[in-house]
Amino acid sequence: MKKQTKPASVKKPDGTLKRYFKNMKTATKVDYATYLGVILAFAVVMACQSAGLLNRQVTGMLVPICCYICMAVSLNLTVGILGELSLGHAGFMSVGAFSGIVASMSLGFTGAGDVVRLVAAIAIGAVVAAIAGVIVGVPVLRLRGDYLAIVTLAFGEIIKELINCLLVGFDENGLHIRFNYDGNSVMGDLGLTENGVEIIKGAQGAAGNEKLSTFVAGFVLVMITLIVVLNLVRSRTGRAVMAIRDNRIAAESVGINVTKYKLTAFVVSAALAGAAGGLYGLNFSSLASTTFDFNASILVLVYVVLGGLGNIWGSIVATVVLYALPEALRGFDDLRMLVYAIVLILVMLATHNERLRALLAKVLPRRKGAAVHG
Amino acid sequence: MKKKNFAALFLAGAMCFGFLAGCGGDTGSASDPVDSSQEVSDGGSQASGSGTAGGTFQIGFIGPLTGNNASYGTSALQGAQIAVNEINALGGDIQFEISFQDDVSDAETAVNAYNTLMDGGMQMLIGPVTTGPAISVAAETYADRVFAVTPSASSLDVIDGKDNYFQICFTDPNQGISAATYLSETLPDATVAVIYNNGDSYSTGIYEAFAEEYTALGGEIVYTGTFTEDSQTDFSVQLTGAQNAGADLIFAPIYYTPASVILTQGDAMGYDFTLFGCDGMDGILGVEGFDTSLAEGMLLLTPFSADLEENATFVDAYQEAYGSIPTQFAADGYDCVYTLYTALQQAGCTSDMTAEEICDAVIPVMTQIQVDGMTGVLSWAATGEVTKDFDVYVVENGAYVVA
Repeated sequence: MKKQTKPASVKKPDGTLKRYFKNMKTATKVDYATYLGVILAFAVVMACQSAGLLNRQVTGMLVPICCYICMAVSLNLTVGILGELSLGHAGFMSVGAFSGIVASMSLGFTGAGDVVRLVAAIAIGAVVAAIAGVIVGVPVLRLRGDYLAIVTLAFGEIIKELINCLLVGFDENGLHIRFNYDGNSVMGDLGLTENGVEIIKGAQGAAGNEKLSTFVAGFVLVMITLIVVLNLVRSRTGRAVMAIRDNRIAAESVGINVTKYKLTAFVVSAALAGAAGGLYGLNFSSLASTTFDFNASILVLVYVVLGGLGNIWGSIVATVVLYALPEALRGFDDLRMLVYAIVLILVMLATHNERLRALLAKVLPRRKGAAVHG
Repeated sequence: MKKKNFAALFLAGAMCFGFLAGCGGDTGSASDPVDSSQEVSDGGSQASGSGTAGGTFQIGFIGPLTGNNASYGTSALQGAQIAVNEINALGGDIQFEISFQDDVSDAETAVNAYNTLMDGGMQMLIGPVTTGPAISVAAETYADRVFAVTPSASSLDVIDGKDNYFQICFTDPNQGISAATYLSETLPDATVAVIYNNGDSYSTGIYEAFAEEYTALGGEIVYTGTFTEDSQTDFSVQLTGAQNAGADLIFAPIYYTPASVILTQGDAMGYDFTLFGCDGMDGILGVEGFDTSLAEGMLLLTPFSADLEENATFVDAYQEAYGSIPTQFAADGYDCVYTLYTALQQAGCTSDMTAEEICDAVIPVMTQIQVDGMTGVLSWAATGEVTKDFDVYVVENGAYVVA
């Protein structure tokens, strides 16, 4: 009797775990797999780095890749989950990056530690970008059709021009901000004291910011982004958002507040982009507003579309591959971007080719389920 | 239909692999767009390892070779290549091997390019060519202790607080102040308007210094017009503004491509003015489809003139290799290489030294050396700022004449 119960009691947790996984929805499984994949990738990269296996080229790309993963995942929330086309995602990143730099350099003036400055930059970047998201979203998300695409496109360009006109400095008396609307003001007009630091110099952008971003911070930000987005998608709010995407009239008829849920998804997406911007801004010693132009928005959109709309892990994989690709193609010299374009077209063709998909499904039969639900 | 798609995919794939196969062996270290030099630099490498101050040094170059600013990066690289060829052809102890990477004039790509070059064993760096990328890369070189010179990144932020980074070009404030002094001394009667690119740090930097100095000297700017890269195809608003304000001289610290548009549109409007530009204006006579007669009488403040006799060897070599007249960017690139050459000679460096050792050895001699280059006689302050002469040239009969 006792001999029979003993193995049973040992097996019991195994059994429940197995049952737990068996009863788990495929979507949840994919989510956990995504977390696990990111953590594994992080562990492998860290191990390689400490073993000295990574060259400078790869090491230098780690933080930007983390930033772009956050960008792609957050844009996927707007484009894939909410179903609204946003063409100004880089605008939010820009807002986050510049407000993050202002926060970090101001704190640096007061002598705060590096970690505090980095966290503050990311947090403030997220908050300011969220505010920008509300300002853009409230009027526009009430409309139907492609208005969001047009307005976000304009938003990105407006942000670029606004930052070109922005002069910001910091000294003992606090923050000095001047808006150079007629193009005649210079940094001297800010009235900084001798010890003051010039932070944003209009079109010259921000220069002289310390490089505080680390790969660990990037990993943490990616995990936070994933937790926020995946939990949002699987929550009541997420189901409401997807209901709006699939059929707006049906969603309205069951009493879903369309504007509220749209705005929630949009602002969360903007805030995460702002956080990514905060990290990005502190990874380079100089930052100009022209970095975050229309092309940058489209680049992130390409990551999302190639990774699959609504497919979070797809966005991550696509971002890593497509970001690393132009750097890996440096051997081609002048033909680099041409080859990059050809590869993009190939990926597009390949992922939409039924034969190839069927072939893949045969080779990887277990992926079939994931591909459908993911 | 599906079969067709599949066939198309297959063919596209085959084409891509063709590319891969065709270019796979090329690591970017040799010279693809500037291939005339390849034999020379290969032949020169035989001398490696001999002598005390010598060996083959790995020089990296970063600049925009594609994208909007490609012409500046390409010019600087070609100029540098000419100098490398000359030095290698001398057969002296110091030989150079130049590897180049494209940065599309983007800070992020520039840092990636820099890391790639470092992986390739770069010992000294030339570049980046444009300011934004240069600030980011300069911070990296400072952290890594890699000696670097930039041909044309002229902002003070580039050299600020970095002892290892030197400029070949004037700083922006320096140019603005020189232009203001020249105007108030030589042309005190001119009514001055300014048109500048407020989306560009080079242009904004010169403008700010110019405006401050010119006002301080008692001058008055009657009109200030701005534009950005997106709006540099139409200047009717700015030109009308300047005309209405009664300006007869327009100070335009901008690059030559938009300047050619200003001259063309001003002529079409029947507005008679003198254009006054800085070193970025050099190259205006080579703009495709531009009626160079419109540039007659134009003033420019630049350290380099392709029409000077003493520069003829370089200009001829450049023309032979690339079929065009070198701009100031090319001259700066050329001077970069000779600066490295002179500094290495003076410091007695050998090619088996690491980048860090070379950096430490070269920094102290930079303030002692003088380089007689294409853009004048160059000497440096410890801050990284260059001292050299510049002249104001006037365009007469399609050539620069000292004004």
